[in-house]
Amino acid sequence: MNLLFDAIAWILDPANWSGAGSIPQRLWEHVSITAVVLVIASAIALPTGALIGHTGRGREPAVRVSGGLRALPTLGVLTLFGIWLGIGLTAPVIALVILAVPPLLAGAYAGFESVDRRTIDAARAVGMRESQIVGKVELPLGLPIVVGGIRSATLQIIATATLAAYIADEGFGRFIFQGLRTRDYAEMLGGSILVIILALVIDGLFAIMQRLVVPAGVRASRTRELRSRPTRSRAVVGQPITEGNQE
Amino acid sequence: MIEFRGVSKRFPDGTLAVADVDIVIPPRKTTVLVGSSGSGKTTLLRMINRMVDPTSGHVLIDGTDVATREPVALRRSIGYVMQNSGLLPHRTVIDNVATVPLLRGERRRDAHARALELLDTVGLDRSLADRYPSQLSGGQQQRVGVARGLAVDPNILLMDEPFGAVDPIVRAELQQELLRLQGELGKTVVFVTHDIDEAFLLGDQVVIMRHGGKISQAASPTEILANPADDFVAEFVGADRGKRALHVTEVGGRRVVFDGDGRAAGVLAS
Repeated sequence: MNLLFDAIAWILDPANWSGAGSIPQRLWEHVSITAVVLVIASAIALPTGALIGHTGRGREPAVRVSGGLRALPTLGVLTLFGIWLGIGLTAPVIALVILAVPPLLAGAYAGFESVDRRTIDAARAVGMRESQIVGKVELPLGLPIVVGGIRSATLQIIATATLAAYIADEGFGRFIFQGLRTRDYAEMLGGSILVIILALVIDGLFAIMQRLVVPAGVRASRTRELRSRPTRSRAVVGQPITEGNQE
Repeated sequence: MIEFRGVSKRFPDGTLAVADVDIVIPPRKTTVLVGSSGSGKTTLLRMINRMVDPTSGHVLIDGTDVATREPVALRRSIGYVMQNSGLLPHRTVIDNVATVPLLRGERRRDAHARALELLDTVGLDRSLADRYPSQLSGGQQQRVGVARGLAVDPNILLMDEPFGAVDPIVRAELQQELLRLQGELGKTVVFVTHDIDEAFLLGDQVVIMRHGGKISQAASPTEILANPADDFVAEFVGADRGKRALHVTEVGGRRVVFDGDGRAAGVLAS
């Protein structure tokens, strides 16, 4: 317990809150790395996932590739890119992007796939273009699941961004690596606690956002279902549409 | 007028859904495509707005082959009503009705004003305009679906089993509403159902389709009952059994009509 109190005392020590390498500076760095990685990984994974979910094609290769990416140990990838690219932020950013792509991709295609095929068929039949189906039907209805993918990716980035300090002078990871080297376990544990707090705060924000992006009409039906459950099973209401053009 | 000329459709999995169909759908009348599942009636309907393209043959609207029309523009010019309404769950009733006018770039205010009028037309209270589809009953949702189909004032209205998923009482109500609407609007309605009673009630022309996408008979309900083209049609419409096989017996000087089960169905009005 003493160590824990030492760690909290270290966090609360005013000396650690100003100057070079202070907690606010490291927080800013940590959040910046997370944001940069999230933007790059999203730019790759979200459009790809949306395309897979919209067309229903390429799901198998996507599952295999993201499964493979998930299996890569981030520390190993980081070391590899670190040796190749040298000291700096490039290697950790690449390693973290590889880490973040699978959950983003899975969230995106699962979100787009989750939209009722009959709703999409009707949208097409009344004359929506494919781009309009994506933007006006699939995106708003699938968004809660897409945001779920972003949420899970963000948490993994925040936790793993500590490794950036392994080869760059950036982020909360500095406290951990520095504490390890100088045997300052209060600093090491303090750094870890800061990462945990940041992760919990961001996760809470995402939880709120995930609720806010549920479309009003869908929310309305959920509350109604809670009050009065339909007596008929949903499956008998209609069959999925299998015939038709998929341009 | 809609014409099918030698139209066939084979799906990639090899099923022949529609086999060499020739038929003329007259303007400003209701044509009902009726048949059991797998008879290709929905496929035939969806060829009109190019949701399905024929493998061979031509579909013409007023003499123009639909294959020459851009699908999106074509679909926006044709009303489409489907089972389970097909409404967008995240949009309010009024936005759903105004979907196509807004896609066409109409001003929001105009589109909404017209959508409100359409709610009147289909017998919905304007107070429902700001509700979401999930907050409406099945029958109300179908009415919204019909209003959306009418939003661009199309000449052609395609209806794919629109009343298939509502209970019998609401269905009867919606059928009467459709008859009233059609009397006022005079659209070219193409209606798909598997319910022969619904077909006879609504159709000026009834097209009976059999498994394998062939047309057995296309005629008025009277003609079909009087002269079924073959045994399949006779069986399908139940001309020789059940409630359509009526017979007359003299009871106390009045001619009473009995149905196939021997129940008194009515009295002949001399």
